[in-house]
Amino acid sequence: MDNTLSNTALTEPHGPRPKRLISTRNIVLYGFLIVAALYWLLPLYVMIITSLKGLPEIRMGNVFSPPVEITFAPWAKAWDSACTGLYCEGLKVGFWNSVKILIPSTIISITIASVNGYALSFWRFKGSEIFFTILLFGAFIPYQVMLYPLVIILRELHLFSSLGGVVLIHTIFGMPILTLLFRNYFASVPEELFKAARVDGAGFWRIFLQIMLPMSLPIFVVAIILQVTGIWNDFLFGIIYAGTHNFPMTVQLNNIVNSTQGVKEYNVNMAATLLTGLLPLIVYFISGKLFVRGIAAGAVKG
Amino acid sequence: MSNNLTNQQAPASEATGRQRRHPLLRNLSAKIAAIPMVLVTLVGFVGCSVWSIVYSFTSSKSLPRETFVGLKQYDRLFDSSRWQASVENVAIYGVCSLVFSLGVGFLLAVAMDQKIRFENTFRTIFLYPFALSFIVTGLVWQWLLNGDFGIAQVIRDIGFTNFEFNILSDREYSIYAIVIAGLWQGTGFVMALMLAGLRGIDQDIWKAARVDGIPAWRTYLFIVIPMMKPVFITTLVIIASGIVKVFDLVVALTDGGPGVSSELPAKYVYDWMFGRGNLGQALAASTVMLSTVLIILIPWAYLEYSQKKDATHG
Repeated sequence: MDNTLSNTALTEPHGPRPKRLISTRNIVLYGFLIVAALYWLLPLYVMIITSLKGLPEIRMGNVFSPPVEITFAPWAKAWDSACTGLYCEGLKVGFWNSVKILIPSTIISITIASVNGYALSFWRFKGSEIFFTILLFGAFIPYQVMLYPLVIILRELHLFSSLGGVVLIHTIFGMPILTLLFRNYFASVPEELFKAARVDGAGFWRIFLQIMLPMSLPIFVVAIILQVTGIWNDFLFGIIYAGTHNFPMTVQLNNIVNSTQGVKEYNVNMAATLLTGLLPLIVYFISGKLFVRGIAAGAVKG
Repeated sequence: MSNNLTNQQAPASEATGRQRRHPLLRNLSAKIAAIPMVLVTLVGFVGCSVWSIVYSFTSSKSLPRETFVGLKQYDRLFDSSRWQASVENVAIYGVCSLVFSLGVGFLLAVAMDQKIRFENTFRTIFLYPFALSFIVTGLVWQWLLNGDFGIAQVIRDIGFTNFEFNILSDREYSIYAIVIAGLWQGTGFVMALMLAGLRGIDQDIWKAARVDGIPAWRTYLFIVIPMMKPVFITTLVIIASGIVKVFDLVVALTDGGPGVSSELPAKYVYDWMFGRGNLGQALAASTVMLSTVLIILIPWAYLEYSQKKDATHG
């Protein structure tokens, strides 16, 4: 009994235990948290209600009042027929482009990074640590320094302004954090397991495929969360390397909202913004603590 | 037993056989598997950075050209009023983001660490903007800060009929709109890191402080915060390297305007590189950005490395 108590204490908050429910301390504490929570929720609330209002109501009323008449027309327009300045096909084009970028980028970048992480923890060779250090430095180098040379490289490979090009770029820039993630994970796998497999004559790929892969499912989930939100939210690489026909959703969204032509349709803009944010939000709400683990990967461990 | 022995001998002889091979061929599969990483580090990160630095000394216009002009691009860069505005803005944005996200993030983490109810709900609320892109963040705040229909109108409706609040079209304050939006997006992440740090602190510290009758705020200020130094430093480096990169947020929220009042270095590079076809100028600006990051990064990396070395020795 005593043992379980001290065990739970380790994982629970450390602050002093509150005594009564209503006390000055609690009022200040919850007051602060609730005010902060309202500030953080406000934009989401405003986005949702604005997207459900008609334009006249937006011009007349205020941003915080709920819609008098709920309409889904702005959502339909944002998806199907909103104008980006050049053509009026709505966000659906960008959505499918983003999907086409997302799936191969996620698969390729995670495949390469997991093999890298595995090699770096069990099969170190001369210089492997140096490459890893440079790779980590790469995570901090401003992208602006590498943008143009990569344009040249992609042009030489005939991949510039294509889906393949932007997939390659996501693979490159996802590599540092993903490799770190997998390396740290595989480093926690008992060395004996690896040695036993070696003794049994298993080689590099067999150990990876038959022993490491089945036991590293959780870290793959974390990596997928990290890549899906990261690649979906990307703007810079999409606008430079994907080419006009493959613009991802974020680029199209920005073109729709910040296009200078015509009347500003705030309700359509907010519906479009919500549509673009929907996938990462769903990933976030479903994954919960794994998301925190993903974004903090490497950050706290160092 | 004897079976066991023969089993162990087989890999041993295999290993000696392997050692006779050329050293480059040893561990071959691992090396083949590492080819993408080696290419990315050498060609991607190192090669591209060096290329950019070298070409920042040329007079390249829309295409790279090998006419070296010394420091001319840098002279022009530092004389440019738009670059000066960008640097000033990134300084304002950086200082505000650092102070407020660390301050508010830490306070939120402390509040979350008081055995509160609904901890998961609060965490979810504070962190959800971090899942959203800078483009989405920028566009939401563009709408909220809209001078005609946004929050300003709400305040006018309450009764302050002459209230004017339009920082998006105010040359002096437009950069603070970016600060507000950036803090909304990123503070939850800082909170999460700080909370992880607080949870990592030994429970006994709190017991000891309580026995000695030290008030909670003093324990935080003089014991807990100094103990969390590594977490603060790591967070600082992450925030700082993010500040240098800010690009999407400005594009979505103000597009650098009005005038050049909310321009940032990353956008300067992008505009000169892909919009105005002045590659030399863009590369000079990006080299300055790189140097700034290295100035932040190298002392930190050195610190981390020397700490790890101490840890292994001790």
